[in-house]
Parts: sequence; structure tokens; C-alpha cells
Amino acid sequence: MYAQMVDTGANKLRALEDMGPEERAFQERVDADVKIEPKDWMPEAYRKTLIRQISQHAHSEIVGMLPEGNWITRAPSLKRKAILMAKVQDEAGHGLYLYAAAETLGVSRDQLVADLHAGKAKYSSIFNYPTLTWADIGAIGWLVDGAAIMNQIPLCRCSFGPYSRAMIRVCKEESFHQRQGFDIMMTLCRGSAEQKAMAQDALNRWWWPSLMMFGPPDADSVHSAQSAQWKIKILSNDELRQRFVDQTVPQADYLGITMPDPELKWNAERGHYDFGPIDWDELYNVVKGNGPCNRDRLQTRVKAWEEGAWVREAALAYAEKRAARAQKAA
Amino acid sequence: MERSEWPLWEIFIRSQHGLAHKHVGSLHAPDPEMAIKNARDVYTRRNEGVSIWAVRSADVTATAPGEKGPLFEPANSKIYRHPTFFPMPDEVKHI
Ligand SMILES: [Fe+2]
Ligand SMILES: [Fe+2]
Repeated sequence: MYAQMVDTGANKLRALEDMGPEERAFQERVDADVKIEPKDWMPEAYRKTLIRQISQHAHSEIVGMLPEGNWITRAPSLKRKAILMAKVQDEAGHGLYLYAAAETLGVSRDQLVADLHAGKAKYSSIFNYPTLTWADIGAIGWLVDGAAIMNQIPLCRCSFGPYSRAMIRVCKEESFHQRQGFDIMMTLCRGSAEQKAMAQDALNRWWWPSLMMFGPPDADSVHSAQSAQWKIKILSNDELRQRFVDQTVPQADYLGITMPDPELKWNAERGHYDFGPIDWDELYNVVKGNGPCNRDRLQTRVKAWEEGAWVREAALAYAEKRAARAQKAA
Repeated sequence: MERSEWPLWEIFIRSQHGLAHKHVGSLHAPDPEMAIKNARDVYTRRNEGVSIWAVRSADVTATAPGEKGPLFEPANSKIYRHPTFFPMPDEVKHI
């Protein structure tokens, strides 16, 4: 998802009896759905995993602004441009809520950003694909934000208070993102044959990467059990992916476009759609840094950070100078 | 890394409906004016509020989790502080 393959540092679960008194009290609170707050005692591995997960999520929001930002100057109308700007601005906000949530765990935002820029921290694989046409903006809102909502709604119930509160805030804003995307797709699909073909082409390119957003299959997700015990992951990758497919296929039917999957079909017995195999090598390859846009995305982030340094420094120097002057006058 | 980070601020927003200011989150800003400007952009993009308070996080005094018992448990036994402690006869109205 926005945080894929988060390492928990633990490969096997411990029973309550094997825990020390503090950890046991902690786990019992989690089990009872009492939120853990920043100053409460928590296992070091829980803190570290959360920092990794929340910062990965935050980085995804910020890097996620880039593929869409690519189309702000070329949006087909002033209305679409205003909507897209508002959407991209929301994503900046999401990044900020999440960095703030991570900071309550005792890391600084600058450190997290430095880790991203050094290639030490990950962000969602999905943002390493290019936005080639305007239809991609529709497909991203519809599919990528749709997948994000699927993942984020359960996280509103996660065990860590600041993360849960950030997710609640984010979820309130996401529905607009998905709808504006679907609205773009609908307009294209009701347009000329050429416009409809654009929508189909965007779906062809974004469908599989969207399914990969949910992360590797459950059988290969070594850290999921620990994250589930800590309630920082509520539903499994495969469960979320299936729900997403089930919800999205009828929407594509409505649009009159088709998923690029010949094996996709309704399975009445399961009450779910069956779908074809996912090319996991592609996901691992993108996560490793070899996606179509990985280098470009990071370079853009680093450039923005470096070119903004003088502004951050000047603002701080100005604030310090004014504070010193006020002190002198007093 | 830079000289130093902008300080952290806690942001409180009062909505239109006459409720008290409510903590909504935090953000970084170099000074109070920028804290308010950033808070407007980060926390009130959808008419969430009509008033913003920004407080430096470093200036917040908070209770420690360990004090929970001594601070809050004494109230548990004082159930007579709640109106439901006093049963009222059905015939008695408006009380
Ligand atoms: Fe977002
Ligand atoms: Fe979004």
C-alpha cells in the first residue's frame, strides 16, 4: 500500500506469557482497543516499525504529488485545473499530518526527509509510473486514491493514537480525490472514440500497478503477523486487494472500459471476482528502484528541498532577529 | 542537513458552531505569523474553522502517563458528583 513491506524486525509472534510485564500490559491495551499514545510505554520494535510505516506513508503522499503535478499546467479546462490543484494540495496536507504523527515517536521531520532523499526510506511503488496523458489523472484518482481509501479506512482504527487521528482526517478528504478521478474517466468515456480510447489506455497501464499497491501476497508477507498483533495493519494484503477488485470492476463496466486481464471473471461460488496472476517481479523491481520514474522522482524531491533551503533559512533568521529585537526593547 | 529545523507548533481550531478551540494537529513554522498562515492552509481547507490558535509545542505542559492513577482515579469514587446518583420519584417533575 502507501506503506509496502514494512519491516517489523520480528519474524515470529510472542504469546502474552512470554512477554515481560510492561510489554504484556501494552499488548493487553492493544487487544482491548485502547489507543497507544506517544508518551505511553511501547516496545522499541513497535516504535521503530511505526516510524518506518508512517514515514513511508508520508513520503508517498509527497512523492505522489509529482505525477499529478505534471498535468496542472496542461489540465484541459480552468475548472479541471482548479480541482487538480486542490487535490494535489490535499496530498501535501496528508504528508504533513503524517510527518507530524511520526514526529510524536521521537524522530525529526528533517531526518525522515533526509532518509528519503538518501534512498534509505521507501515510498509507494505506484508513484514510479509516468502520467503520459490527461486520462492518467482520471485513472489515478479513480484507482490509486480508490486503493488508498481501501487501505486507509481500516487504519483509522489502528492502535497508535496520532496515526489513527491522521488517518481519520485523511479519509475525510480522499473521497473527493476518487470522485474527481472517476468524473474525468466518465467524461472521457462519454466523449469521442479517441477520448474513450485514452481512458482505456490509462486503465490498461494503471490497473496492475494499482493491484500491486496492496503489497505482496499474504503467503510472502513475513511481517504481517506482527503488524496485525500490534494492530497497525488491520486487514491483509490479499483481503484488501480482493475488496478493491470487487468494488472497481463494476465501476469499469459502468464506464464501458475493461480491465487488461483476460482471466478476470465473477466467481458466484466465492462471491468475488477471480483475477489473473500478478507479475510480482515487476513490483520487486520497482521497489528496488528500477521503475520507470524512480530516479526522476527522487531527483525532483531533492532539487525542491535544496532549492528551498535558502527560504527556510531566511525565515528562521528573520524570526530570530525579530525575537532578539523584541527582547532588547523589553 | 540544515542549521536547524523550524520549531513545532500545536494548532487549535474553533469551528463555526460555538464550540471551544480543539486541537487538530501540529506543524512546523519559523514564527507565530507563519504558524497561523500554515495552519490555515493545512487545517482549514474545507471551512473547518473561524479561529486558529497556534502554541509552541515546547510551551505545552502535559501530564505524564504515569500520573494517570493519582490524578484521575480519585474521581472514580465520587459518584455523587453525577446527577444520576440521586434517584428522583416519578411524581417530581422538572428536576
Ligand atoms: Fe492522500
Ligand atoms: Fe488522495
